[in-house]
Amino acid sequence: MIAATLAILRKDLRVELRAREAVPAMALFAVTAFVLFHFAFDRDALDGDVAAGTLWITLLLTTVLGVNRLFVAEREQGGLEAMLLAPIDRTAIFVAKAAALFLYLVAVEVVAVPAFALLLLGPDLLGSLPALAALLLLADLGLAAVGALVGALAAETRAREVIGPLLLLPLVVPLAIAGAQATEPLFTGSGAAEDLGRWLGLMGLYATIFVLLSVALFDFLLED
Amino acid sequence: MAVTSGEAAAAAGGEAPDAVAGSFAVELEGLERDYGERVALAGISLRLEASSTLAVLGANGAGKSTLLRVLATLLRPHRGRVRVLGATLPEEAVNVRGRIGYIGHEPLLYRDLTGRENLRFHARLHGVGSERVEELLAATGMERRVAQPVAELSKGMSQRLAVARALLADPPLLLLDEPRANLDPAAADLLEPLIGRASGRTRVIVTHDIEAGLAESDIALGLRAGRQAFCEPVGPAEAARVARALFL
Repeated sequence: MIAATLAILRKDLRVELRAREAVPAMALFAVTAFVLFHFAFDRDALDGDVAAGTLWITLLLTTVLGVNRLFVAEREQGGLEAMLLAPIDRTAIFVAKAAALFLYLVAVEVVAVPAFALLLLGPDLLGSLPALAALLLLADLGLAAVGALVGALAAETRAREVIGPLLLLPLVVPLAIAGAQATEPLFTGSGAAEDLGRWLGLMGLYATIFVLLSVALFDFLLED
Repeated sequence: MAVTSGEAAAAAGGEAPDAVAGSFAVELEGLERDYGERVALAGISLRLEASSTLAVLGANGAGKSTLLRVLATLLRPHRGRVRVLGATLPEEAVNVRGRIGYIGHEPLLYRDLTGRENLRFHARLHGVGSERVEELLAATGMERRVAQPVAELSKGMSQRLAVARALLADPPLLLLDEPRANLDPAAADLLEPLIGRASGRTRVIVTHDIEAGLAESDIALGLRAGRQAFCEPVGPAEAARVARALFL
């Protein structure tokens, strides 16, 4: 299964490097959203819960774009069909797709978080960067798992651009709450939250549950 | 009517790669498949011996491609019994994937990747070495176009790559949906040893070219609105009768 997973992941990254359809669009969306927030709030800088909410909601909406693009080549060019004909464990397809989405999200955050700090954030980000990075990486794990599952499900429907967000956004509410709650103290300049570990634990649990759920369900989703 | 292909195939073909000795490559008994409330296939029964060729004929929407997709394990049969290379579908589909070469309407290739990258990707999924990729690129006359993205290739070139993709694992069974579509005569001749009768593989060919289909098949399955109109050995001389039975 590892060889098949790596082959699919390598293929996905190669296609993305050539076509540049997902990551640049996601990054541009995030930065544009920050610019819009900048003008909509009509404030030079945000902090605290407003800043945390703005960052997390923007990143979650950015994920929707990535999820919608995740199975485009498979659907439009028959890639999924070809993979289903191969003698591989279908879990490999899920793991590869989730890994690709995880890497897309990390790449987008490398651009989006500095842009957020530049355009909107009041307090200095540098001191809280390690804690924020840990939160984002754990959230990305959960988003990748649920995103690959939803992406596969939506890809089989006609109204996939609508179905994807409608399924995904309610499922990521726990991540939005945990992310915003854990980040709020970081953006008030008071350092990491006392209960940062609890929020990290919640995010880890979320990722674990959706990885297990996705592994269990993915094979059924691919059946006609 | 269940019909067995046999002696004609034995006379014409060589040994199929990985043939299922002493058994049928494809066995269907009362196969049915629906799309929602629409019946796509109903009452399809036949037996196809290893190394023989079945031509599937019928008008648009008759169920030809659906039958091919059921045999390829891409669609589940809803009723009836389906056995492919000794495996009962859908329960044992996992045992037969990788032993079927499938060429459908689309080449199933990524447009942004080159021909070689596409084939190497599929070779990895099938556990096949890169030397097989180079061998098939040469056999399909694609060596000089391997560095071009598929998006820049003509449909005929893409079809050659699709043939190479389908043959990566040297499958004993080929499911071919209009395999010569978009191919010029020279390309069709080039691919003949790979997907033609001389390949020695069991073949199920969907085609609208009735005369050509009958000429290269041992038995012909006629489908009319998803139902089996006939399933019997038919020679190309009877193409006009077959056309009347299926299209009028």
